Amino acid sequence: MLDWPILSTVTFLPLVGVLLILLTSGKEESAARNARWVAMWTTLFTFIVSLFIWLNFDTSTAAFQFVEKEPWLGGNINYHMGVDGISMLFIILTTFLMPLCILASWEAIQTRVREYMIAFLIMETLMIGVFCALDMVLFYLFFEAGLIPMFLIIGVWGGAQRVYASFKFFLYTLVGSVLMLAAMIVMYFVAGTTDIPTLISFNFDTHLQYWLWLAFFASFAVKVPMWPVHTWLPDAHVQAPTAGSVILAGVLLKMGGYGFLRFSIPMFPEGSDFFTPLVFGLSVVAIIYTSLVALVQKDMKKLIAYSSVAHMGFITIGIFTFTSQGLEGGILQMLSHGIVSGALFLCVGVVYDRIHTREIARYGGLVHRMPRYAVIFMIFTMATIGLPGTSGFVGEFLILVGAYQVSTFVAFFATIGVILGAAYSLWLYRRVVFGELVKDDLKNIMDVGKREIAIFAPLIAVALWMGIYPEPFLNVMHASVDNLMAQHELALNASKSVLHAAK
Amino acid sequence: MMYVLIVFLPLLASLIAGLFGRYIGDRGSQIITCAAVIIGALLSWVSLYQVAFNQSPELVELFTWIDSGDFDVSWSLRIDSLTAVMLVVVNTVSAVVHVYSIGYMSHDPHKSRFMSYLSLFTFAMLMLVTSDNFVQLYFGWEGVGLASYLLIGFWYKKPSANAAAIKAFVVNRVGDFGFALGIMGIYLVFGSVSFDDVFAAAPDQVGKTFEFLGYQVDILTTICLLLFVGAMGKSAQIGLHTWLPDAMEGPTPVSALIHAATMVTAGVFMVARCSPLFEYSPDALVVVTIVGATTCFFAATIGLVQNDIKRVIAYSTCSQLGYMFFALGIGAYPAAIFHLFTHAFFKALLFLGAGSVIHAVSDEQDMRKMGGLWKHIKITYAMMWIGSLALAGIPFFAGYYSKDLIIESAFAAHTGAGEYAFWAGVAAALLTAFYSGRLIFMTFHGKPRASKEVMDHVHESPMVMLIPLGVLAVGAIFAGMAFVGPMTGENYKDFWGDSILLLENSTAMFDAHHVPGWVIALPLVVGVVGFALTYQMYIRRTDIPATLAKTHSALYQFLLNKWYFDELYDFLFVRPAKRIGSFLWTFGDGKIIDGLGPDGVSGRVLALARRASQIQSGYVYHYAFAMMLGVAAFVSYFFFAGGQ
Repeated sequence: MLDWPILSTVTFLPLVGVLLILLTSGKEESAARNARWVAMWTTLFTFIVSLFIWLNFDTSTAAFQFVEKEPWLGGNINYHMGVDGISMLFIILTTFLMPLCILASWEAIQTRVREYMIAFLIMETLMIGVFCALDMVLFYLFFEAGLIPMFLIIGVWGGAQRVYASFKFFLYTLVGSVLMLAAMIVMYFVAGTTDIPTLISFNFDTHLQYWLWLAFFASFAVKVPMWPVHTWLPDAHVQAPTAGSVILAGVLLKMGGYGFLRFSIPMFPEGSDFFTPLVFGLSVVAIIYTSLVALVQKDMKKLIAYSSVAHMGFITIGIFTFTSQGLEGGILQMLSHGIVSGALFLCVGVVYDRIHTREIARYGGLVHRMPRYAVIFMIFTMATIGLPGTSGFVGEFLILVGAYQVSTFVAFFATIGVILGAAYSLWLYRRVVFGELVKDDLKNIMDVGKREIAIFAPLIAVALWMGIYPEPFLNVMHASVDNLMAQHELALNASKSVLHAAK
Repeated sequence: MMYVLIVFLPLLASLIAGLFGRYIGDRGSQIITCAAVIIGALLSWVSLYQVAFNQSPELVELFTWIDSGDFDVSWSLRIDSLTAVMLVVVNTVSAVVHVYSIGYMSHDPHKSRFMSYLSLFTFAMLMLVTSDNFVQLYFGWEGVGLASYLLIGFWYKKPSANAAAIKAFVVNRVGDFGFALGIMGIYLVFGSVSFDDVFAAAPDQVGKTFEFLGYQVDILTTICLLLFVGAMGKSAQIGLHTWLPDAMEGPTPVSALIHAATMVTAGVFMVARCSPLFEYSPDALVVVTIVGATTCFFAATIGLVQNDIKRVIAYSTCSQLGYMFFALGIGAYPAAIFHLFTHAFFKALLFLGAGSVIHAVSDEQDMRKMGGLWKHIKITYAMMWIGSLALAGIPFFAGYYSKDLIIESAFAAHTGAGEYAFWAGVAAALLTAFYSGRLIFMTFHGKPRASKEVMDHVHESPMVMLIPLGVLAVGAIFAGMAFVGPMTGENYKDFWGDSILLLENSTAMFDAHHVPGWVIALPLVVGVVGFALTYQMYIRRTDIPATLAKTHSALYQFLLNKWYFDELYDFLFVRPAKRIGSFLWTFGDGKIIDGLGPDGVSGRVLALARRASQIQSGYVYHYAFAMMLGVAAFVSYFFFAGGQ
């Protein structure tokens, strides 16, 4: 165990970068250059520091680690931070993706660079905060405030329809979180605390659980996003700048899944159990529905966005199987999806930077000019299809194994999504990369450069690592997932015996 | 250690050729990949000797792969007799094809990429046959699928090649869908996915049922059938066969290696590997028999009328795989693997020979534009005859031993399905001889139908292509004679060890030696008749085929269009999927969800906001503002609450 508050350090380190950027001044060009470098070094440093969390993480316990607790707002509301096997890897995922995002924006962003970098650094603090927070108020602050930088990133540096997209994004998430806020207030009144570990062991009344579960569900389902509240995602992705899409797909969507694991399941076990069929139903619809929709998309980013919805459908299924395969598969799939779909958006970004269009029909035959790009894109296409040996397989397969134990119907229909996934991904790849190179503006397109290789190399390494030897990742989760399952079962049994006693 | 080398040398070579091909040059990549696979091939023969003839199976554990709850899978290599036979098949054919490719691809600008893919395929196939559990089997299964996808689409400029590659991948995914559900079922029932645990526990599950999609069904039969769906996809059995003929878009060495000798036989291997499951499920075996027998007949009928030389051989492969499956179905697993073994040699020989022909006539594949070639390419001509005679099951060639054994076993099974398979097998034998003869006569005899320019260029292939043909020809002649005893004789158990399970009542393969004389003679007779018929139709009276096609035009069209499977699937699946997709997108997402949700709401909100507020600029920020207000209210509320 470390003797310094590492979680707070990692969380607020990016803000130091913000300060530094604010301090730098000068001509627009030199200020932009400085801002880029400061952001780069800050995020890299944050990543390195965050690795100490992993190195010092004790995999044998399900308890929260690196705990920091200070009185904050009074009334049992504390500044309470800590991680367990469920949240820890999401912090690493965030800090890992961040330098890559800065690198991806290096040349793509030419206006208001300082502000852009500031927005990203603030975003990082807020995202890490979400995964560290062990107090509901703190969590809510991080969770909701994260919307603002993202809203600005889409709204200021986005594409032509950015205003529509950013407000759609905002409207959806806001409606969800208002309900969550109401639920949190109720919980505070009932339990008298906003401390998450205390609330996990608090037994809410069964009926109240149903309502609270629904309120939280409204917020998380929008975040994930689940069908039918997913329509903000394709628009937001299409309009967001590349790095914005990476963060959106890589980390923001995961907050929904994480929310289920941190709040819905441990705090409202009966509610979770009761609504499981609903989650399964929506997820299965999402997988098949959005896969079919992805099949007919004409915009690269939209296609990948719809495929994200399908993949997140797998994740929600996994989480609600309450089996260790399903839960661990769900968490692993979230990490994998963060890497793989982030990388796919970066792949789109590479050609968008060159040709400034995302329309699939405008491409074709890129392999002739860009063989390295073709290899990179192929690796991530295979990972998103879930080819064994890539990260996509392990998570997906564990989820399906978990689902099969609970319901063969769910496993059956979810597996159909695997077939469709292969169809739309390969078809996208074929239309963009293969074929004859005929379009004039593509004839001089340049292959990926050193900077871009520096972005993709770590992503490829991690995607293969998770596919071939996922043990270090799964090992972190075992204790916490077992604990989650045990608690869930205990709570259900307790409520059943209460029912029996009442009869 | 030897086994680790056999499996991982090709991977290493593939990575070197793929990543550093630019630096080591084409020649360097060719040398490295060929060397790796040739070493692998030699070691494989050593391991066949050690494992099968001296009975010392081995298990090499590498490291943990997935470990979650009770679900525990390791990367490991399992070498028993069945694996050793597959190692020999895979590595020998692969080595031969690697060398052949040096000559065949000599005009291609992407040599190192090609060699890298071939070695990658070899690695994946080796992982498949050495796997010790169902999940690693699935890894190899999908890995060969990836390599097959890359190699079919190797000439990525051609739209038809791209389409064929995607089709191969997606159709295989349909099969894998069943396979994956089967594996999940196995884990649910047995609590493990390792072969040893599952096979040991299989007898306890006989007759028990579980719930699948709302039905109470027999456990073992359901699992076996699900696994068999996967096998049908990989091995191109009727219904999921449509990708195989299209896969001929890939370079010819690929067709020889992947789509004839190795990958497509993975389904046969898998069922044989799972014999301890299938043996306890007679119902599943009946299905396997019927599917196999039907495919063997159906594919042969299509082979009769195809004009592309590679497609004829592709349908022939499909048909031969059908033989292997019904052999499995009647419980003659060793016979099926024996046929897999001999088939690998003569079918690879036929494909590489066809490649040599295509090479000679300037990349023409249409047999209608060949003819009269035998004088110019005599060695290739001889090789094609050897391959065809072995395929048709003419005595003392390899196919004679394996195919006749299968047909006789089907008769000896004395079951309804066995009888059906027997007659389908005999009919297919006639058709096989017919399309083989047709192929030879149309390609090599008669008047040249190619243009004079092409005919002037016709030349024999270089030694680097002919020597591989020679190696395969040796296999096509002697593999049957040499291995019929050890693999399928009375002492088959000494050879196979525990790798294949045969229950007491699975005696079809032994009863095959005691069938009536006419059963033994029949396949041979129809084989000779088949060749005689083609001689009559394509050498002596060349007007007969055209007349027949006219007088039986409906039947001809039906066969020429491959029983209209592609059209049917396009109508049933492909177009509806796209139509539903568009509908869900524009109507579901656009009209309903957005229309009633955000757009509708925002319409109201906008109208309200305009009226309520005089600040017209940037209404978007209202939301941001509202949210901050909410947070502020929330926090200050707690300040107050905390103060009380």
